[in-house]
Amino acid sequence: MNKVWIIARRELFAYFDSLIAYLMIIIFLGLSGFFTWLSTSSNIFLIGQADLQVFFSISFWTLFFFIPAITMRSLAEENRSGTIEFLSTKAVTDWQIVTGKFLSCLLLVSVAIACTLPYYWSVSSLGNVDHGAVIGGYSGLILLSAMYTSIGIFASSITHNQIVAFLLALMIGMFFHLLFGLLAGGQTGLASRVFEYLSSRAHFESISRGVFDTRDVIYFASIIFMGLFLSTIALGKRNWQD
Amino acid sequence: MACCKTVIYFIIGKIPTIMSIKVENLTKYYGEQKAVDNISFEIQTGEVIGFLGPNGAGKSTTMKMMTGYMAPSAGSVIIEGIEVSEDPLAIKRKIGYLPEHNPLYTDMAIIDYLCFCAEIQGVERRAIDDRIRVMVDLCGLDAEKHKRINELSKGYRQRVGIAQAIIHDPEVLIFDEPTTGLDPNQIIEIRKLIKKLGEQKTVILSSHILSEVEATCDRILIINKGKIVADGTAETLRKQATGEEVLKVQIETIAGESAETGLLGLSSVESVKKLSDKPNYFQVYSKAGQSSRKPIFDLCVQNQWYLMELSAIETRLEDIFRNLTTADPTISTSHGDDHLALTSKEEHL
Repeated sequence: MNKVWIIARRELFAYFDSLIAYLMIIIFLGLSGFFTWLSTSSNIFLIGQADLQVFFSISFWTLFFFIPAITMRSLAEENRSGTIEFLSTKAVTDWQIVTGKFLSCLLLVSVAIACTLPYYWSVSSLGNVDHGAVIGGYSGLILLSAMYTSIGIFASSITHNQIVAFLLALMIGMFFHLLFGLLAGGQTGLASRVFEYLSSRAHFESISRGVFDTRDVIYFASIIFMGLFLSTIALGKRNWQD
Repeated sequence: MACCKTVIYFIIGKIPTIMSIKVENLTKYYGEQKAVDNISFEIQTGEVIGFLGPNGAGKSTTMKMMTGYMAPSAGSVIIEGIEVSEDPLAIKRKIGYLPEHNPLYTDMAIIDYLCFCAEIQGVERRAIDDRIRVMVDLCGLDAEKHKRINELSKGYRQRVGIAQAIIHDPEVLIFDEPTTGLDPNQIIEIRKLIKKLGEQKTVILSSHILSEVEATCDRILIINKGKIVADGTAETLRKQATGEEVLKVQIETIAGESAETGLLGLSSVESVKKLSDKPNYFQVYSKAGQSSRKPIFDLCVQNQWYLMELSAIETRLEDIFRNLTTADPTISTSHGDDHLALTSKEEHL
């Protein structure tokens, strides 16, 4: 665990040492802030309810684009510059490297999400807020972020190229984000239920309404684990006998 | 395998008791290509070993397998009594590795970087500052220590690379081409550093530059096409290559007559070759196991000739290297040493 944190901390410093972290946070806040407060079609004032549902459903989309941009660098850059050889010959396992990277990206996203907490304060001074729903919404965002981060890390682990990693993460993410949901709509019976379960939207929405269902948590946890597991395998591919 | 051992025992003069590294039948395939072909050798604690070979000979691959970065297709590496694949974490803690091309996190400051390396290698927290100070001193980073790595010159980057490799005080150091791309001054500095480290540690370095391994290593392993083709000190390799003595002789005779027939008449002389247009300037090849120095001197005394020059031609390691690593040994005669009999180690041993 300690090793994981050492790697994650280095990554975080690297993000905050360059412009990446600040740019990302500003873009995220700009987009979600605009749609939550200013957009003429669906802002909070128009809806007239003191809740953050608008913000959560916007973030559902912004995080989808925002996270691959953060994760694309993590392992692809190491693969490209050869520092992966440096790192893997230190006293750490591949799993620790992957989880360290995952943790650093997730923490960066969490910082960005935490920057929106003033929204909560603003809304709560406008009217009676359903605190449970807000807590649920933020938990949902974190879980969703963790899922996309894990997918992004995997995409980054199998390539040398950051752009490829970004596009690949978007492509894989697109299935969970949208396509499985659409497929579920076009099917009936078991297939429909399977696709419905695979789609992240329903799980996210139920959590962000403040309903904690272990099935949703298991859904996110298993995708996160799969992503990290596959990344570890991808890192170990230097050992494959071909 | 048996040959290698014999050579090692021969060099050391006794059966070694402490083995730092033992490599057995190490093989690595890249697809169809055999990058490392059944290599076996042993390294004693405190030895400085040079892997020498042309580019693509399998030096780096061997090193990568020794560090546990890459799993071998077959064979085993045992370092300090531990099999690498069995406990890679323990091995990685014992090893300091400088990869080829020295990859570094270039956006980090030197001190932060060294601190990260120390932490990740499990150096105790309170010892870290001290270790960093020692590294900065040892590797001569003091003048640049507040810079970021991407602001450093190549020589300094290399020093940072060495510093990160030894910060956790490993028993075994593996340096893959530590001096490539450095200027001559920097090369000498790095060599000095490696020699200093070699006083206490087992050091393995690779290079395709002969003078480098000759200057820094106790023992040289010449690797070609994934095989060890020679193993020994620079001296033994030279001896292996020149079975016979080669002398350069210049004689001044009083009347200006030729000394060639006189030289050929000596019992220990195999053949004589005229060198350049100068009168009586020869290269004399002795018969195997015999020396012609004294007979040549006696011959001059007898005839009242002046002996202007009498020097032994040392086979240069370059020639041995080229002989061992090129398919056709006849193209590798840089100063007429067509008497080098050694074409492959197997043949010689």
